[in-house]
Amino acid sequence: MTDMSVPPISPIGQPLKRREDQRFLTGAGQYTDDVVMHGQTYGVFLRSPYAHARIKSINLDKAKAAPGVVQIFTGADLAEAKVGGLPCGWLIHSKDGTPMKEPGHPVLAQGKVRHVGDQVALVVAETQLQAKDASELIEVDYEELPAVIDITKAEGHAGSVHDDVANNVCYDWGHGNKEATDAAFATAAHVSTLDIVNNRLIPNAMEPRAANASYTRHDESYTLYVANQNPHVERLLMCAFVLGLPESKVRVIAPDVGGGFGSKIFLYAEETALVWASKFVGRPIKWTAERSESFLTDAHGRDHVTKVELALDAKGMFLALRVKTIANMGAYLSTFASSVPTILYATLLSGQYKTPAIYAEVKAVFTNTAPVDAYRGAGRPEATFVVERIVEQAARDMKMDPAVIRRQNFVTEFPFASPVGLTYDTGNFGQLLDRATEMADVAGFPARRAASEARGKKRGLGYSCYIEACGLAPSNIAGALGARAGLFEAGEVRVHPTGTVTVFTGSHSHGQGHETTFAQIVAAKLGIPVENIEIVHGDTGRVPFGMGTYGSRSLSVGGTAIVKAVDKIIAKGKKIAAHLLEAADTDIEFENGVFKVAGTDKSVPFGAVSLTAYVPHNYPLDKLEPGLNENAFYDPTNFTYPSGTYLCEVEVDPETGKVKIEQFVAVDDFGNIVNPMIVEGQVQGGIAQGLGQAMMEGAAYDTESGQLLTGSYMDYAMPRATDIPNFNIGNCVTPCTHNPLGVKGCGEAGAIGSPPAYINALTDALGVREIAMPATVERVWRAANHIV
Amino acid sequence: MSVPISMTVNGKSVNLNVDPRTLLVQLIRENLQLTGTHVGCDTAQCGACTVHMNGRAVKACSMLAVQAQGAQIMTIEGLAQNGTMHPMQAAFRECHGLQCGFCTPGMVMSAVQLLADHPKATEDEIREGLDGNICRCTGYQNIVKSIQFCQSGAAVSA
Repeated sequence: MTDMSVPPISPIGQPLKRREDQRFLTGAGQYTDDVVMHGQTYGVFLRSPYAHARIKSINLDKAKAAPGVVQIFTGADLAEAKVGGLPCGWLIHSKDGTPMKEPGHPVLAQGKVRHVGDQVALVVAETQLQAKDASELIEVDYEELPAVIDITKAEGHAGSVHDDVANNVCYDWGHGNKEATDAAFATAAHVSTLDIVNNRLIPNAMEPRAANASYTRHDESYTLYVANQNPHVERLLMCAFVLGLPESKVRVIAPDVGGGFGSKIFLYAEETALVWASKFVGRPIKWTAERSESFLTDAHGRDHVTKVELALDAKGMFLALRVKTIANMGAYLSTFASSVPTILYATLLSGQYKTPAIYAEVKAVFTNTAPVDAYRGAGRPEATFVVERIVEQAARDMKMDPAVIRRQNFVTEFPFASPVGLTYDTGNFGQLLDRATEMADVAGFPARRAASEARGKKRGLGYSCYIEACGLAPSNIAGALGARAGLFEAGEVRVHPTGTVTVFTGSHSHGQGHETTFAQIVAAKLGIPVENIEIVHGDTGRVPFGMGTYGSRSLSVGGTAIVKAVDKIIAKGKKIAAHLLEAADTDIEFENGVFKVAGTDKSVPFGAVSLTAYVPHNYPLDKLEPGLNENAFYDPTNFTYPSGTYLCEVEVDPETGKVKIEQFVAVDDFGNIVNPMIVEGQVQGGIAQGLGQAMMEGAAYDTESGQLLTGSYMDYAMPRATDIPNFNIGNCVTPCTHNPLGVKGCGEAGAIGSPPAYINALTDALGVREIAMPATVERVWRAANHIV
Repeated sequence: MSVPISMTVNGKSVNLNVDPRTLLVQLIRENLQLTGTHVGCDTAQCGACTVHMNGRAVKACSMLAVQAQGAQIMTIEGLAQNGTMHPMQAAFRECHGLQCGFCTPGMVMSAVQLLADHPKATEDEIREGLDGNICRCTGYQNIVKSIQFCQSGAAVSA
């Protein structure tokens, strides 16, 4: 019998070392590219060198004759087979009530290419080198067309990315109360305005996207290994919308995945083409992106141009917020692209404040660039940047302390129904601000600034008080807002006869450490050691169902599904124990892994109950099924609302434009915390990504040719160890009121809260209204020296 | 066309015939199935492919396998001895110096080299020394902490 000794303290709240680290540290991790299938072939995609061109003809003769070539597929083959286009999972309606434009998103180009890197053909060969060699022999005759690149000029551009969307506008959406907002502006004592660009980013998970697809004639089924954050969603979209296959015939496995940050949520053309082609090839096909393909074809993030106005009364109370945003969709609508600058953006424009009236207009446009979709934070970083930058500007305009203007406008009573449609269940924004102020020694800032000035340097302090909505999502609310999928999560808890437990979760870990955190929850509930619990995820063949990991939902939604399944296990265990102890079900208590008859010393351990469930010799078979295996689905009743105050202090050398982050304080409220070590790691990584956006990262396309100018690590500035400071991280806890764990989610907070803290600090130091992200050394130097 | 190649990998001698275009990392991953060494960028920028060649950290994605003719190669799989993690591996676990694990083998191989060359490296020197390795998950703070922990020689907790 397995050791059933009771852990001395509840594992919840403990900084348990991660159980997955052993394999990652010894080279035993298994990522998609590590998977070798018997007889596998290699796929290489021929990609468009043009941003926008008509394909006049494709000649495959030379390529087909090249050594090792197995088969070559083009868009014509897919059209002939009536393979569908890639779907978009969220329907947005324009202000006039018309549905968004959903032009075709072909798996392989049909007649036209729409961004550099658009896939034109799939070459399958015996080796990767042979596939690559052959792809270079394909002759494509292109007729180049004018490329639409600048999003501010997309509407009304002479070129149309899609022939059936002449003005390049996907939707023109409005949210909030326009009349109330306009009325408040008409009578406001003061109005502050800013023009903001939220720079385009390239996600750059360190593991490039990869897939390995195979078809088995034996049962006419497909197996796809893919670097993906939500294998069940991937399967659903691929089967239902593109290939017309029953889900039962497709198994999707997302094994160890080397980072996602949103970019591996989506159903991409490459894996879809591989699955479809694997049947014709009759052998597995493997494809792994080169980094240059990742830059060109992973869905990019952000890319907004915004005008924001804040109306205030004479005392600095916010009266109304008006926002006008143009958002880039890229060349095609990626899986959740349409929801990012709308539902995940405008609903957060109230921030931590009780601004009574808000109105946002968002125009989404198509351009001849890579698709843009969710990237760590997805809409919420953009909203936070707009709110925290304009609040800072208003404080400066009205000569008020930036902390005072924030505090006097904070939401203080919960639940709070915001004017943009969300109901914050709980929070304590004043406490977060107090704690951050103390940790950052804001009182000592004037002296530090004076000391910097004495040395010819400029010092600035920047606040960012963010709130986000995560734990996606109540399915009915999401559905009413246009979601074409449910957003629940599923979990299964299988207790084995010896009392060890396998947990199957629809959440997916690609760095978050679920194998540790989820095991801590189950260990605490069942009173058994963490070592006796195995967490299984990422395989539609083993996990009953799942919606995957994005929107910081794993613990609050996926963890709750597991808790519900464990509760069912305990409830059934009580019935078994009652039978063994000859007591009534209602008299049985379960604590620390032991079932007891209340008020007596009669007890039976968890392991004995599990054994009885599978060896039911002495068992109430007339009223209870044998076995101890339970499923649960959990659909949340609200979003969760992590919040925090971030304070950034910088010192600028005006002679060089070099910026030193003197301190970065982050105080977050994630509700209850299961593993503080993992949570702190998530915050550190998130802030680093946010600072990457603020300081150095930015995707750049040539505005004429549409060539990606930042297509490698030589050109795209990824933060390295010398670029990122140490962070001073604290937390406050107001437990979430509507899930049993009281948790909110921590994965995206850092990336949401940090960019405005940095830019507010930098503009404070420089005494300028605005500095564009990324605030490169050159831009800072120009601003410091008033050189345009 | 293929060429013969011999080297020692993690203490075992290897004799193979490979396409002369084969990269060292391809030989390690595909011919030897040592998949702990990863390819993150193909251009020697990210460091996920870092291995030790004749005792020096090198980026295996930008070397031809034939350039390692006769060399002693050590990969992440060869770092632990008799099932016990190298102190650097143990330090990364202790200090939560990894999340998704993809950059980790290269990061650990670089860190081992860094401390071998500069046992008393300061924090700034450690950060400089990691310049050739990109991590997207951690923000580097815990990686630096891991290397400092290893440097201190402190014992890991449970």
